[in-house]
Amino acid sequence: MARLAAFPGETGYPVNRVVFPNRVLPYFLLAPQIAITLVFFFWPASQAIRQSMLREDPFGLSSRFVWFDNFRSVLADPGYLNSLEVTAVFSIATATLALVAGLLLAVMADRVVRGRGLYRTLLIWPYAVAPAIAGMLWLFLFNPAMGTLAYLLRDLGVRWDPLLDGTQAMILVVAAAAWKQVSYNFLFFLAGLQAIPRSLVEAAAIDGAGPGRRFWTIVFPLLAPTTFFLLVVNTVYAFFDTFGIIHAVTGGGPARATETLVYKVYNDGFVNLRMGVSAAQSVILMAIVIALTVVQFRYIERRVHYA
Amino acid sequence: MIENRPLSRLMAHFVLVVGIVIVAFPIYYTFVASSHPLRTILSPPLPLLPGDRLIENYGEALFGGVGRIGGVSVGRLLFNTTVVALAIAVGKIVISILSAYAIVFFRFPLRMAFFWMIFITLMLPVEVRIVPTYQVIVSLGLIDTYTGLTLPLMASATATFLFRQFFLTIPGELVEAARVDGAGPFRFFKDFLLPLSRTNIAALFVILFIYGWTQYLWPLLVTNDNQMNTIIIGLRKMISFADADTQWHLVMATAILALIPPIIVVVLMQRWFVKGLIESEK
Repeated sequence: MARLAAFPGETGYPVNRVVFPNRVLPYFLLAPQIAITLVFFFWPASQAIRQSMLREDPFGLSSRFVWFDNFRSVLADPGYLNSLEVTAVFSIATATLALVAGLLLAVMADRVVRGRGLYRTLLIWPYAVAPAIAGMLWLFLFNPAMGTLAYLLRDLGVRWDPLLDGTQAMILVVAAAAWKQVSYNFLFFLAGLQAIPRSLVEAAAIDGAGPGRRFWTIVFPLLAPTTFFLLVVNTVYAFFDTFGIIHAVTGGGPARATETLVYKVYNDGFVNLRMGVSAAQSVILMAIVIALTVVQFRYIERRVHYA
Repeated sequence: MIENRPLSRLMAHFVLVVGIVIVAFPIYYTFVASSHPLRTILSPPLPLLPGDRLIENYGEALFGGVGRIGGVSVGRLLFNTTVVALAIAVGKIVISILSAYAIVFFRFPLRMAFFWMIFITLMLPVEVRIVPTYQVIVSLGLIDTYTGLTLPLMASATATFLFRQFFLTIPGELVEAARVDGAGPFRFFKDFLLPLSRTNIAALFVILFIYGWTQYLWPLLVTNDNQMNTIIIGLRKMISFADADTQWHLVMATAILALIPPIIVVVLMQRWFVKGLIESEK
């Protein structure tokens, strides 16, 4: 989703912007969105911050204010540090795999003359597959009991059991997550490639640069803004939207080998019912997302001339 | 093409075909599995061609023994998911186009305050504040309702942002001309703004429909009653890898049924979808 879309850089309008003189109507127009934002955004967000400083007794009957104790215990918890590491590995692997595959396919699609539309159609539809279903399909292919590909792997002599082996479980969720994201990256890279002026590439060709050289010295640098944007989007995707994959495929296991940050927030909040700890994790997550977004805005500024 | 290199073009076609095979294989395999009887699926490797149980399996998945997914029919689950996806898409578009209209075409006290209130939500998906949002839904008594399933997912500024960006490109002369001709804010909205925004609305519709259809964490939390599950949650509940009872041929048929509607929307509305995706993410 477009949650990381470019932030509105300019907030003032030209002085001569024509507007309607009505003074009351705009409040009515804004009312639905403001109401939803207050109830489902500001209220929960402030609750998250409040709860992150409370400690409840196990029965939820009373709670007391503990300042930053929850944060301290979260950051000292080996389980949390483990899920930070898992998230980092998972996100980097997923983003890298999905970006490289997307870029490769886009470069190839940009090179062919015939059938580009058909290739595009055939490549974009995994966008419509829900992450949870993507996970289930991959688990079905690779589950040790009856997955055909697991069967082939065993024939090749691989001791394949993602339900017991943490590394293999990670490989499986990364593959499923990246598979689903390739089509998205492909579309953006293709749009980016088609926006590169033909004359630049032609000039380099006349100067004797071959296709490989042209790609690395002209095309790839000009794609940098797209790549950076996609890197942020893919990271956010790996952080949040892959919850369904993890939940459906591994449930965070085996032995927490695939427990990402969002999965842990869910697990501590809804399964273990440790509200204060879960809320503190939510607040840390919000801080991470805001930091990511700020970084993105700074780079977005530089890419306006491509838009 | 800069220079004519048949070999490199052939290579490109080859890579694309391999890519398509990898992209399509899991779904093709699911389709194949959905057309075989259960015992074929349980003894790998599965044949690469569809079997002869296609109609029986889909018939059973759609109309067969109630009680498989907690006593709820697949039809009901598909209906729920359609309601959720449509409500999110339509609701968000209506809410956003109105608020973007107010912010761009009117001047009023506190305009900037509202502007920031809305746009700060761009950054934070519902997954980040999942526990407190769930508590809000509980205290409003919205568990197991379509309202609870959809409204919180509309609290984001992405669509508003897209409409605002588009409205800013509409020349002031147009507004001026409309006003000279005696059109008030309602007439201007209905006769100028809506027709001009048609492509944006279509693109957003595709993106938001997919977004709604593929939701997982939120429906998982706010539905206790199996009657209110979405198809994806229902599918998850059908599967148990540890347990030999899973009716895999029916799971596969249901998975295909859950995949078809969003894929049709994406493929048929491809032109708007691509345009909308690339413009809204810029």
